[in-house]
Amino acid sequence: MTPETGPNATALRRDALAERVALFGLSLPALLLVTVTMIIPVVWLFWLSFLADDGTFSLEHYRRLIEQASYGRIFRATFEISAIATFICVLLGYPLAYVMSQLPPRIASLCMIGVLMPFWTSILVRTYAWLVLLQRQGLINSWGIRLGLWDEPLALVHNVNGTLIGMVHIMLPFLILPLYGSMRAIDRDYLKAAANLGASPTRAFWQVFFPLSLPGLLAGSLIVFILCLGFYVTPAVLGGGKVIMVANRIANDIEIFFNWGAASALGVVLLALTAIILFVAGRLVRLDRLFGGHAP
Amino acid sequence: MSWLDHPASDTQITHRSRIWLYLAAAIVMGFLVLPTLIVVPMSFSASQYLEFPPRQWSLRWYENYFNSAAWMQATVTSVKAGALTALVATPLGTLAAYGLFVSRLRGAGLVMSVLLTPIVVPVILVGIGVFYAYVRIKLVNTLTGLVLAHSMLAVPLVVMVVTSALKSYDMNQEMVARSLGASRPRAFLLVTLPQIRLAVMTSAVLAFLTSFDEVVVAMFISGGDNSTLTRNMFNALRDQIDPTIAAISTVMIAISSLLILLSQALGRSGGRR
Repeated sequence: MTPETGPNATALRRDALAERVALFGLSLPALLLVTVTMIIPVVWLFWLSFLADDGTFSLEHYRRLIEQASYGRIFRATFEISAIATFICVLLGYPLAYVMSQLPPRIASLCMIGVLMPFWTSILVRTYAWLVLLQRQGLINSWGIRLGLWDEPLALVHNVNGTLIGMVHIMLPFLILPLYGSMRAIDRDYLKAAANLGASPTRAFWQVFFPLSLPGLLAGSLIVFILCLGFYVTPAVLGGGKVIMVANRIANDIEIFFNWGAASALGVVLLALTAIILFVAGRLVRLDRLFGGHAP
Repeated sequence: MSWLDHPASDTQITHRSRIWLYLAAAIVMGFLVLPTLIVVPMSFSASQYLEFPPRQWSLRWYENYFNSAAWMQATVTSVKAGALTALVATPLGTLAAYGLFVSRLRGAGLVMSVLLTPIVVPVILVGIGVFYAYVRIKLVNTLTGLVLAHSMLAVPLVVMVVTSALKSYDMNQEMVARSLGASRPRAFLLVTLPQIRLAVMTSAVLAFLTSFDEVVVAMFISGGDNSTLTRNMFNALRDQIDPTIAAISTVMIAISSLLILLSQALGRSGGRR
């Protein structure tokens, strides 16, 4: 667009730059909003986490995180639950994404509505649905007993089981979307070539298709795991107060103990862990796949 | 030879030998969709214990909901907060997405990642952080404070949806408009905006739903006359299973689904011109 030489070149370049700066300025209102309502408050919490009760600088909140065994247990539980939920999401999500990726586009987009439906129903509504389904006299238990699958009502809710079921249900679309996107993008000629060269269907899948789908699978698992680490509502409702993940402990520290320092320190550690995982994983997979897979 | 023995994919596997796969996929799809839908018939049950299928149908939980001043007030707050969030986040996010996409300055990538951070920062941290800051500037329990916080949560979604629409839009059209004498704002409003309207409308709906469905931040910063529907539901859920919540859930599912369908329908009819 801009001529590189000629008498007006400098002036034109300056105009172009001025316009680009003005366009850049269009992002400032949004940037201001995010800065005021997120970045400043989080930095403020970071600051609070280094203050003792009398307002002096101290590391006591972090020391307590290390010394008290209960915090170690909470972090271990959070990691375990998140890892198991991610694993179950992979087990359930992979076959569905695989079948969907081979359907004709029109039927696949119908299935996509099913996958996306949870996105526009509140987490709370879905958590409530599971609470109703999984309780002692709930649908799952009463049908299970009527069909003779088990005799006594199973403890499906107000414990880790219920928390996991609810978390998997909420996180599954986050795994399926990037995975489906990357499966659709795989060049099918590779599979034809494999079949042509005599590979059995199983072998063609494991040696050709599966490795090519790994970037999408990794990106999906990563976002699921990270979002699981910060879960609050599901453990609070379906865990019935028995499942304490980091976010629940943070809320308890504020609501019950009014201990801002302790809550902030926990929050800082949670945020740091998230950032480290994102950073390390960002070197392994292309991060834009995390969110880029949305529009099919 | 039945269709079962035809090759099902490029690996030449037959449908028959992978029926188990279709079954697995169907079960997972059921797991995704059914639990939410099953709340709908249950909400019309007459019994305290939400049976399925209900032995006796009734509207008593809906009566409970619509006759309760507290639930109604919370519903109004949530709808107001959602609408205002859409009104704030959609223009801010659209402008930012457009500006960053077109300017291509070196800092654009950095600003973009800052605008997307609300997605990865654990929402509990946002909740207590905003609460702490709002106590000091007296915004706790106000609609303004709630809308600002929810808009911040919605901005990344708007930015993502609009940016991906801009990527598939041919920016040369705007160049043509400008070479014909239209100013940059005029070219944007008359040429670019009409063509990305589906994305803008979708992102407005997403912004509304982000606020309407949000629990954790609302739990900390909304209260009194301005407590949201989800906040009240969450508090009720922690105590006992009140069937009124099934009725409220059904209403929420209806509102969300209607909005999504509406935005799609509007976008489609606009795109055909």
